[in-house]
Amino acid sequence: MALLEVRNLSINFGGLRAVDEFNLDIEKGELYGLIGPNGAGKTTVFNLLTGVYKPTEGIITLDGKDITGHRTEEINKAGIARTFQNIRLFRLQSVIDNVKIGLQNQYHYSTISGILHTPDYRKVEKEIDERAMELLKVFGMDGQRDYLSSNLPYGAQRKLEIARAMATNPKLLLLDEPAAGMNPNETAELMETIQLIRDKFDMTILLIEHDMKLVGGICEKLTVLNFGRILTQGDTKTVLSDPEVIKAYIGE
Amino acid sequence: MLSFLQYLISGLSLGSIYAIIALGYTMVYGIAKMLNFAHGDFIMIGSYVIFTVVTTLSGGSIPGLLVAIVCCTLIGVTTERIAYRPLRGAASPLAVLITAIGVSYFLENLALLVFGSDTKSFTPVVSWSGLVLADGKLRIQGVTIITIIVSIVILIALQTFVNKTREGQAMLAVAQDKGAATLMGINVNRTISITFAIGSALAAVAGALLCSAYPSLTPYTGAMPGIKAFVAAVLGGIGSIPGAMIGGLCLGIVEILSKTYISSQLSDAIVFGILIIVLLVRPTGILGKNIQEKV
Amino acid sequence: MKKGLSKTSLNQLITYGIVIAAYIILQALRSAGMMTSHLAGLLVPMTYYAIAAVALNFCVGILGELSLGHAGFMCVGAFSSAIFSNVFKETLPGGLRFFLAFVIGIAVAALFGFLIGIPVLRLKGDYLAIVTLAFGEIIKNVLNAVYLGKDSKGFHVSMTNSMALGMEEDGKVIINGAMGINGTPRDANFTIAVIVLLIVLFIVQNMINSRDGRAIMAIRDNRIAAESVGINITRYKMLAFTISAAMAGAAGVLFSHNISTLQSTSQYFGYNVSILILVYVVLGGIGSIRGSVIAACILYLLPEMLRSLNKYRMLIYAIVLIAMMIINWAPAAREMRERFFAKFRKEAV
Repeated sequence: MALLEVRNLSINFGGLRAVDEFNLDIEKGELYGLIGPNGAGKTTVFNLLTGVYKPTEGIITLDGKDITGHRTEEINKAGIARTFQNIRLFRLQSVIDNVKIGLQNQYHYSTISGILHTPDYRKVEKEIDERAMELLKVFGMDGQRDYLSSNLPYGAQRKLEIARAMATNPKLLLLDEPAAGMNPNETAELMETIQLIRDKFDMTILLIEHDMKLVGGICEKLTVLNFGRILTQGDTKTVLSDPEVIKAYIGE
Repeated sequence: MLSFLQYLISGLSLGSIYAIIALGYTMVYGIAKMLNFAHGDFIMIGSYVIFTVVTTLSGGSIPGLLVAIVCCTLIGVTTERIAYRPLRGAASPLAVLITAIGVSYFLENLALLVFGSDTKSFTPVVSWSGLVLADGKLRIQGVTIITIIVSIVILIALQTFVNKTREGQAMLAVAQDKGAATLMGINVNRTISITFAIGSALAAVAGALLCSAYPSLTPYTGAMPGIKAFVAAVLGGIGSIPGAMIGGLCLGIVEILSKTYISSQLSDAIVFGILIIVLLVRPTGILGKNIQEKV
Repeated sequence: MKKGLSKTSLNQLITYGIVIAAYIILQALRSAGMMTSHLAGLLVPMTYYAIAAVALNFCVGILGELSLGHAGFMCVGAFSSAIFSNVFKETLPGGLRFFLAFVIGIAVAALFGFLIGIPVLRLKGDYLAIVTLAFGEIIKNVLNAVYLGKDSKGFHVSMTNSMALGMEEDGKVIINGAMGINGTPRDANFTIAVIVLLIVLFIVQNMINSRDGRAIMAIRDNRIAAESVGINITRYKMLAFTISAAMAGAAGVLFSHNISTLQSTSQYFGYNVSILILVYVVLGGIGSIRGSVIAACILYLLPEMLRSLNKYRMLIYAIVLIAMMIINWAPAAREMRERFFAKFRKEAV
């Protein structure tokens, strides 16, 4: 059974069918790409998968568990984490605190312990701090732990968003245009980071991207969306050489 | 029965005043997307200007009203330019609201400094004594009739202005999407300035009518009617001009009737209770349109 | 890790240090007879306004929602605790009675915060502000109209007048409508007030540096991102709002036990009081807990010490408030500041 199974997922906005009969199977450990022209409905698919929108029709199953229509925060607990096209960091908080917030549901102590700073608090906070540092090290950001997150350069902000998502210990990671606005150097670095996450954490990744070099370079499978419908699905190589896909991208 | 009619008419009159204030609120909220907390204080400033012209300078009521309209318009436009415009697009939506509270605070304390805290007795702008009907059992004051007429005239004028003129169309465009309006060649700053000018001028008119009906003037005269008018605007559906009118009238009637039949101390609580219920049951108000939030 | 923790705890210690130092200096001045009785009488109010400012800042600066109803929470805290103290005036010893009065005042304010929070926290920004204002005014107006008495048969409530309570001979009116509550024992003093302030600071500062505090601030900074990392928005908003209301309630307990006649008037509990507390919060720095305490104390005492300034004081507050908002929040001002610092940094390198 696939890690993520999506069946006949559809949503209407007023009269507009933004996503229509969307199907997707992602196996554990796969690096999957979702591509398509602007306005094809890619981010809407992400919003459906993460519960930001409730689907009009269809079923989403994660690891055998039906998560259709669940709230965003429940879906995250079930195992889907994401990043955003327009970066959404906790701007007024430090780099490490952004990651610590991602760790929120991995480590627990009571509100009273938090107010009284009991030994329990100290112990768990120490664990949180160590785990957050571990994650920052993976992303090479441990040197910037106390920086205000909004003061980071653009590429580092994107990386921090991925680190924060990883902190929630997901089964599936969704990346929404991770390379948007990056220069070629940053993009190359990002590709390394994504590979690293996959190898180190054995992570399953679904990403939306426009940068074809990135998509062709790291994704194993692709789904192409056009006008809310699936144009084609399959191996990266096959999909990218499909004349229909080229037509959708370049136009006739 | 006649006494009920009497109260209903005073409710309509108070409601018409709320409606005029609410029209200003709803336009500013609809177009500039901000709660001008100081709007009620524009009313108070307008009333003091009339008071000064009529009582201190012995000018007539009508010149007083005209001067007040000019003053309020200037204050409204200046406030927007100095205090609100720089905060457009601020990271926190609270910034402009807190600033508006600051402006309200400023105007109240300025009036306190200039005019003192004592209650001024306001000479009504309307001198007509009104109608006596049903063998003297039903008296309708002149100011009541004038207030209702003025509010209807303003409603029609505003509707015509918004729907028929270029400036009005520009306002609708800015209300929908500032960015797109800019791309269409609309001067957003100018449009918002005009909105503030109209809203503030209406505040001066409302002040004249409010203080004619309830002729005692202090630096805090405008605050409560201002807040209640916002309640009226929300009740009618914020951003909707006819909605503001309906909301204002409803609120005025509810307030007077609950003052009469329930408790004068609890009438404000009832009015605010209505706001809470409306926002929970139908947040878009009676005539408001539902706008979906974009994620 | 070590460094980060010690930095935040140092910061906290500075706040406690300032409060304790100010307390010692003021107490010394008072016992040395260098303080007029008028000024000495302002010490408790100054402290409960500082507590109210911390409570409101927790709501505005940490949770990120503007409440204009905190005077209402003060009001319920004040009235519920005053009712308790009046009922047990003769039967309980002073210390225990005042402690229990705190428990009750805080619990009732928290309950109101919780109940009001359920509908209010579904709203946002302007609407939330105006609805909290509405709730505050409703609380004030209802308490202004209510009559409460107690006789051997128990409590009696009326909304008309004290006669309508229909009490036995031994009955005693506790809330006399607009006349309010008379004769609450004056249990509050400066030392107790400062202790309460320190406890409130302890709770707030510790909470900010805990799991819950991070979650609350995450919601403030980016609600959608907070949801996406599994934070239960409603739970944390309710938690923060309830705690904020409870702390305002504590300020109310001090209020009612420091005044001979407690009345639910606009002067004490109207939305203008909420706005005055907001002025303390903004001038002390939104989100800066220490700033709120300092601003509340200075702004409360200053005009009393500089009488000549009094006339212009509110006007100056208003101008400073507007200026601070624009300087801190206007996009143009931020950009200018960033450019300035960028240049500065470059030159430093």
